[in-house]
Amino acid sequence: MEMVGMEGSLAMAEAVRLANVDVIAAYPITPQTHIVERLAEMVANGELNAEYIPVESEHSAMSACLGSSATGARTFTATAGQGLELMHEVLYVASGLRLPIVMGVANRALSSPLSVWGDHSDVMAVRDCGWIQIFAENGQQALDLTVCAFRIGEHPNVLFPVMIHIDGFHLSHVVEPLFLLDKSQVEGFLPPYHYPFALDTDKPVTIGAFTVPILYTEARKSMEAALRSTRDIINEVWNEFAKVSGRQYRAVEHYRTEDADTLLLTMGSYSEIAMEAIDQLRDRNEKVGLIRLRLWRPFPFEELRKATGRCQTLVVLDRCISPGGPPGPVCSEVKAALYSQKKRPKIAGFIGGLGGRDLSVPEFVKMIERGKEIAEAGGEEVETIGVRGQ
Amino acid sequence: MSTKRKDTDLTWQDIEIGAAISTPGNAAEYKTGDWRSERPIWNKDRCIKCGICYLFCPEGCVSHDKEGYFEADLYYCKGCGICARECWTQAISMVPEG
Repeated sequence: MEMVGMEGSLAMAEAVRLANVDVIAAYPITPQTHIVERLAEMVANGELNAEYIPVESEHSAMSACLGSSATGARTFTATAGQGLELMHEVLYVASGLRLPIVMGVANRALSSPLSVWGDHSDVMAVRDCGWIQIFAENGQQALDLTVCAFRIGEHPNVLFPVMIHIDGFHLSHVVEPLFLLDKSQVEGFLPPYHYPFALDTDKPVTIGAFTVPILYTEARKSMEAALRSTRDIINEVWNEFAKVSGRQYRAVEHYRTEDADTLLLTMGSYSEIAMEAIDQLRDRNEKVGLIRLRLWRPFPFEELRKATGRCQTLVVLDRCISPGGPPGPVCSEVKAALYSQKKRPKIAGFIGGLGGRDLSVPEFVKMIERGKEIAEAGGEEVETIGVRGQ
Repeated sequence: MSTKRKDTDLTWQDIEIGAAISTPGNAAEYKTGDWRSERPIWNKDRCIKCGICYLFCPEGCVSHDKEGYFEADLYYCKGCGICARECWTQAISMVPEG
């Protein structure tokens, strides 16, 4: 395939078209709007044969997706920030009912104060909603990972909804060079959707029923165990995708980590600028590397432990604040994942990139160097990178 | 969720995908009668067979017998007392269980 210049949002819309979805129910919200606008255009002009349901809110968008997916229709929606929070309660229904809806999230800060720009506050607030959650770091991944999301979610041993996170504006609105996928490539990779429990009047079932205390624990345990068990299948699907596209995705991805004493951990679009910082430090013969969490849920415990097994210092960037809690949800989860390890790195957490604030290469360099100092001193404090005032 | 076994025997591995219930209508097997602390007793001398108890029962567990008198299905009756409250002739009294 030839390389084209395409905005991240439009790349995701293209993935949805290639997946030949049956239903899109969505409500526009910045910075996600371009995704569903493009899909509406595709449906209107006949490029995509799907039902497009314009709804009155995100709560309704996800509710419509539930009904659609339960009938066995391949279903997509997209949202961001406040919109993700408005559909919050319905997200839990989608995962509890095991409906493989795919949703693009153009990550955005939460009010107040109002911000339409990117950070991970919206994601972290829906951390425990039971969806598979995957982070893209560029436009190519917005395309690839969305195609893979349908295959993952609809796998008969998965049957979970999947969120693909693309950072608001930094990915959703930036035009990047990327390779499109051929219709025949996707058809071979993504078979037609057959939901094994599609609503059928000849085989009626009750879903979403009232559950008494004597059964709720078992129902939740069953769902949680199923989500946890999807890790291997996610890796298998990404391996198969690599055969089709030549692009390999992994739950935890590495950049120049060989012999690294210090590792930086990022999620999403800032991973690419972090690589620049790693390159500069490598040029100075510093043994530093970068790991990126591609898979956020189910959390890749084994891969993270393996990736951090030999480093001395781990520096974690959070694009979200946990007010009054352990500073940075990602950092606290990483610490929890490594706590049981006999040999574990010292960990320094940073908060940054909130509400669309750019982080420059020098700031990443500073973060890594300052992180080493904090870790060596055994400090627990978490610093906010790029904030004015002391 | 299968209802062949008692709820207390079901393990988390027995839960169907999405906690779906594949035997529709099995809520009828759910015994609500053991919530009851009082049971309704009909006095046939006072009953005028109007059926207001049948209409008001929120559980739908009141039905009439061959003679047209009313009675509650105690497998479902929760003992709420609405029938006794609404009865025009005070033909129903709530009697403590046990």
